[in-house]
Amino acid sequence: MLKVLKNRLEQGHRTSRYPKEQIHLYKRFRGLPKVNSSCRAELVQQCAAACPQDAIMADACRIDLGRCVFCGLCETLSAGEFVTFSQNFEMGTAQRNDLFTSGDLPALADHAQKHFKKLFGRSLQLRQISAAGCNACEADTNVLNTPFFDLSRFGIQFVASPRHADGIHVTGPISENMRAATLETFAAVPSPKVVIASGACAISGGPFHGSEDIVGDLNSIIPVDLYIPGCPPHPLTTLHALLNYFK
Amino acid sequence: MDKLLHIRNGEKVNRAEIPCLPFSQFRQTLLDFAEEGGQVVQFFAYQESDAVKLLAVLRSDRLFVTGCEAPQSFDSLTAVSEKFHMFEREIGEQYGLKAEGHPWLKMVRYHKNYSGTADVFGNDYSQDIPGNYPYFTVEGETVHEVAVGPVHAGIIEPGHFRFQCCGERVFHLEIQLGYQHRGVEKLLQSVPLKRLPIIAETIAGDTTIGHGLCQAQALEALADLQVDDGARVVRTIALELERIANHIGDLGALSLDVAFNPPAAYFGRIRGEYLNLSQILGGSRFGRGLVRPGGVTHVMGEEQRRLLSDKLAELTPEVEHVNELIFGSPSVQARFDNTGTVRRQDAEKIGLVGYAGRASGLAYDARVSFPSECYAELPANRNLKTEGDVCSRATVRREEIMHSTGLINLLLARSQEAKSYTPEELNLAPQSLVVTLNEGWRGEVSHCILTDDQGKIMRYKVKDPSFHNWTGLALALRDEGISDFPLCNKSFNLSYCGFDL
Ligand code: SF4
Ligand code: SF4
Repeated sequence: MLKVLKNRLEQGHRTSRYPKEQIHLYKRFRGLPKVNSSCRAELVQQCAAACPQDAIMADACRIDLGRCVFCGLCETLSAGEFVTFSQNFEMGTAQRNDLFTSGDLPALADHAQKHFKKLFGRSLQLRQISAAGCNACEADTNVLNTPFFDLSRFGIQFVASPRHADGIHVTGPISENMRAATLETFAAVPSPKVVIASGACAISGGPFHGSEDIVGDLNSIIPVDLYIPGCPPHPLTTLHALLNYFK
Repeated sequence: MDKLLHIRNGEKVNRAEIPCLPFSQFRQTLLDFAEEGGQVVQFFAYQESDAVKLLAVLRSDRLFVTGCEAPQSFDSLTAVSEKFHMFEREIGEQYGLKAEGHPWLKMVRYHKNYSGTADVFGNDYSQDIPGNYPYFTVEGETVHEVAVGPVHAGIIEPGHFRFQCCGERVFHLEIQLGYQHRGVEKLLQSVPLKRLPIIAETIAGDTTIGHGLCQAQALEALADLQVDDGARVVRTIALELERIANHIGDLGALSLDVAFNPPAAYFGRIRGEYLNLSQILGGSRFGRGLVRPGGVTHVMGEEQRRLLSDKLAELTPEVEHVNELIFGSPSVQARFDNTGTVRRQDAEKIGLVGYAGRASGLAYDARVSFPSECYAELPANRNLKTEGDVCSRATVRREEIMHSTGLINLLLARSQEAKSYTPEELNLAPQSLVVTLNEGWRGEVSHCILTDDQGKIMRYKVKDPSFHNWTGLALALRDEGISDFPLCNKSFNLSYCGFDL
């Protein structure tokens, strides 16, 4: 018993005050990229050709955050001249098109569907579907239940049964072997329901794009309401997206 | 020509030197090796022009390779030694080669084979997974079956579990996977080289560094790239941070599974602190984008070195205190002790690796036997509790956390700086083979690349430790209460995506 108390004292209170107070991530963290649209075309071309995800749209001078895995290569290659990554983790969007960005994203809170705020603003129960990614998206979603983030203080919970859920949160590129289970789980959620695509995989196939064993884009089988980019999205990216879209 | 060619971890071999034995001799060589206590690192089929061939990488205290032309069907090796059982199922699934007399010839991941030959399992893939899959059943009036998954009640990966029970007691657990199959090996063999590191890092996201290193070392061997000492230090630290973070997370979850909540909350947060250390090192909590062929993308400067060692100094006593809380609690001990035991001889038969193997008394650690990066100069760990139960697996992890912390502190005391990274064009040597092994946090991770006469990747074979260890979990459940499944499961914490590829 004494040991329990001693540990309790040592651990103290660790829950973050986000969103009331901002959190600054370490400078090496790669968040929302800033793209220099007046960068010389040759360098842009070089970065686009080297990008492992083919996520750079050279002509439009934009990056597709739905494909980008935030590897940082374009920043290294261009020595910051074409792309620099900020530590801004707030990257969720309501439209797929908004993820084609040169560094500005529309304020998510303004683009949320209003009836979702009304329906789920005070209580949101989500069923997570893990569909053939690498499990890092799942791991950094799970982390929201640890004391630092403490998701349930916002009335948001991940639940065991789709019957108890208000929507689904999907990670992974949806393998052919998970297609049926994904659709069935979605069908088991009572309407009205929301659909969240989390991570490059669920948005575009991610690192596995082009594989014939995957669906590759959740939106092609179930219409998506909220996109959370990243590979994996930082827990704060997910937290920000959930709070702004639903609260 | 010798029947086995001795090779080294991460060293390029001319493919012409690999023995190509008649099948019967190949089979006997493998069986003899297994009989003498050797283990299988890789055993797979590949296509070379019109012929399909088999290749095996074996380990005793050294590494060996041998090969043969593959017959369309052959006498199963598994019928003699269990060490081959998963590999033969995979060979059947990938290339349509049938191991006759295999006692458990079932699909592994459920996909069409690569060679376009008749399907070994009689599937045409018009049906959903698992297709034609005869689950093992136990019959009897008091026997009942419990089926769980693929979608589980939590934020976890999909898989299907079938328990054959009598009351609470489990006779047998069958684990049927494949839901996470996304065609990793096929991609690695066909996409432009620039995509390779991204795919390697996402074979199993919690083993980003383990798989990333295996690939980087393989490509470095084939492209003849040198890695400087500073980069090796960063890579070794990254691999050990990955190990600590995962072990801590799992010890917390084990505590939760026996309803002792405070340590779960503490370790849940503390795991995050270690992930944040990886973020300091390379910008990502999972080590994404850090390891690349030729070195590391981020050098470790004075600032990062100090942040790491200060944070480690702060966290280490906290970790030990929480561990004392878990392991000092009689109610936890009562649940951990003698639960989910895998006996040493069984562990050896199925080739258990990593902490699961070490907890059953198989000392093998790739960091010691086949050291890469900085490991040859670092002290090895020794495990004191090796009875094969949940408690042993938990204790091994506790010991490894402290050992890994010690290794990182040793490395932080060195002052080599890595040279800054410039991505290079990779020209791979033609007609070559390379095998790499690293002790990822779960155990032996291995990649094997074969190039053709143009230096193109002809076959890319990946093995995650989970490929061996899922069978261990199934054995751990024998004769165990079904309510202890979560506990046994967490004590292994295997990868679905690493297995399913
Ligand atoms: S950070 Fe994104 S856009 Fe840049 S190279 Fe990597 S994947 Fe491409
Ligand atoms: S998006 Fe990236 S982190 Fe998420 S599951 Fe896919 S590969 Fe893993």
